Amino acid sequence: MPGTLIVGFDKTEASQRALAFAAAAAKATGATIHVVHILEWSPYSFLTAQELEERHKRRTEELSRAAELIAPAIQSLEAQNIAVTSDVRYGHAAELICEIAEQKPDAQIVIGRTGGFSVARRILGGMALALIQASPVPVTVVP
Amino acid sequence: MKRYILGLTALLISNGSAHAQDAAEAAGAATIDEWVNSAVAPVSSAVSSVIFYSVDFAGTEFPLIVGWLVVAAAIFTVYFGFVQFRKFGHALALVRGDYSDPNDAGEVSHFQALATALSGTVGLGNIAGVAVAVSLGGPGATFWMIVAGLMGMASKFTECTLGVKYRNEYPDGTVSGGPMYYLSKGFAERGMAGSGRVLAVIFAVCCVGGSIGGGNMFQSNQAYQQVVNVTGGESSILAGNGWLFGLIMAIALGVVIIGGIKSIARVTEKIVPLMAIIYIGACLIIIAVNSDKIAWAFGEIVNGAFTGAGVAGGVVGALIQGFKRAAFSNEAGIGSASIAHSAVRTKEPITEGYVALLEPFIDTVVICTMTALVITISGTLSTGLTGVELTSAAFATVVPWFPIVLTVAVVLFAFSTMMSWSYYGLKAWTYLFGESRAMDLLFKLIFCCFTVLGASMNLGPVIDFSDSMIFAMAIPNIIGLYVLMPVVRSEAEAYWSKLDAGIIRNFRHARS
Repeated sequence: MPGTLIVGFDKTEASQRALAFAAAAAKATGATIHVVHILEWSPYSFLTAQELEERHKRRTEELSRAAELIAPAIQSLEAQNIAVTSDVRYGHAAELICEIAEQKPDAQIVIGRTGGFSVARRILGGMALALIQASPVPVTVVP
Repeated sequence: MKRYILGLTALLISNGSAHAQDAAEAAGAATIDEWVNSAVAPVSSAVSSVIFYSVDFAGTEFPLIVGWLVVAAAIFTVYFGFVQFRKFGHALALVRGDYSDPNDAGEVSHFQALATALSGTVGLGNIAGVAVAVSLGGPGATFWMIVAGLMGMASKFTECTLGVKYRNEYPDGTVSGGPMYYLSKGFAERGMAGSGRVLAVIFAVCCVGGSIGGGNMFQSNQAYQQVVNVTGGESSILAGNGWLFGLIMAIALGVVIIGGIKSIARVTEKIVPLMAIIYIGACLIIIAVNSDKIAWAFGEIVNGAFTGAGVAGGVVGALIQGFKRAAFSNEAGIGSASIAHSAVRTKEPITEGYVALLEPFIDTVVICTMTALVITISGTLSTGLTGVELTSAAFATVVPWFPIVLTVAVVLFAFSTMMSWSYYGLKAWTYLFGESRAMDLLFKLIFCCFTVLGASMNLGPVIDFSDSMIFAMAIPNIIGLYVLMPVVRSEAEAYWSKLDAGIIRNFRHARS
């Protein structure tokens, strides 16, 4: 089933596992991998006047840093002859990944498991929890 | 200055010593405060007598500058066809982000520009300033304050549209905007480069003065008064030691603006909105507790507005106090907010104008009116108190410990306002002297010194100085607004025709 495997990637160990899992699946099925990196951002946060002035400059810097961060992962996928696309976006991670999933044909979401059973994790939930509850497509959580 | 530093050192040494030295300490501190007072008071009264040149009107002194602001606000209101009422809904939609392109996420949003500009205006004007207006002008001053606030929305709309339209965008992606830029660039477009440049320089000079006065000294002064109040008034350890409080504020401020320590700024920016919510909540509680008096209070306000009963100068006295405090609190027509609003990411300058018109509404029509209602309802107006002490007493009538919350709010509001104004002042300063690290640092150091001075002076000279410098900014700014208001009108026409043609989309509606 050639479709799109959307992988949330931020270079953490969990996201590396998710990417490796997706790569294996893609090799077997011929699916495309869509690497997504989200920069957490709220348009309703408060910034100082100085931060407002520099925002556009900082955003440009953040975007290029993010592109550098995902570049090695993309190259290694390409080296394995896997079709790769990527996206760097600002906003709420789970919300954006769902939005992207709706736009891709036959999409599935693959993410790494980050949490354990600690109280904080249970209260705050993780991105995985939010995705499982809200995703319009199947979600695979890689332990 | 040397004498001041010497006294300061001596006091620091004597601090923490035996009780016997307390008397000497208090005496020494009083001398420093008195010395600062007597040194600065003549300067500030000279400046304010020029700016507040008054004419005798129906037996009351009427400062011409107040008329200048109110007439301008009325003219903009009519010229733009009551834009503040017609486009209020559109302004809310813009702030909500309905028209923001999702691909621009990560850039400065309308909400953020508004919030930052608000944190510069919502502050002591809303707490202490209103108390001054109501104690001098009676409850009727509230009515005129609301009228001035509503009209001021049109001034703010005009200046913030121009601020975005004529801002400087530098190759590295940073932006600089404000009256300095629309005065010089906008006038040049109309073949008046010379006079535009002169007005821009006058504005920048006044802005530096205003940032140091109302944006700094007034803030540290009122924060100090409130802290002394709740820590025991006359017997407080801080009583007569205004310089010490000022020094603490100056150090905290210096750490943020000079040291670039973002954490304090971040904490303040997070807490200030919370404080604003707590403040409004507390006001509502007090109003609810006295719900039987609401009708009476509104009666007092309307009655006072048209009869001026018991107020020096009658109706005109109430009107002047109301107008003055509204202008001082929401800064419409002053030009300061235009500096903060210029950073928004938008292709349409007019959208920021619409968003900015919410500012005087939130600041004056909502928050200031709350304070005035609380003071009127609590019946503390007859106590003879003024400034933040009056507001504090009004809160204490219902919740005895509330002055402590108010104190925290006052100190934080003061601090965030000082942070905003240090930025406005710096922008004006670098416009005058060029952008360089040394000039940057020099201004910030001067700014912090005046924080100490502000806390050391009595209310009178501080209020005179801060009022006069802030109001002085309105002279070049409003001249500029008159000349450039046709630009704003054509911007508005172009924007609405694009919106009608579907070139500008409502993204939220498109999604659902």
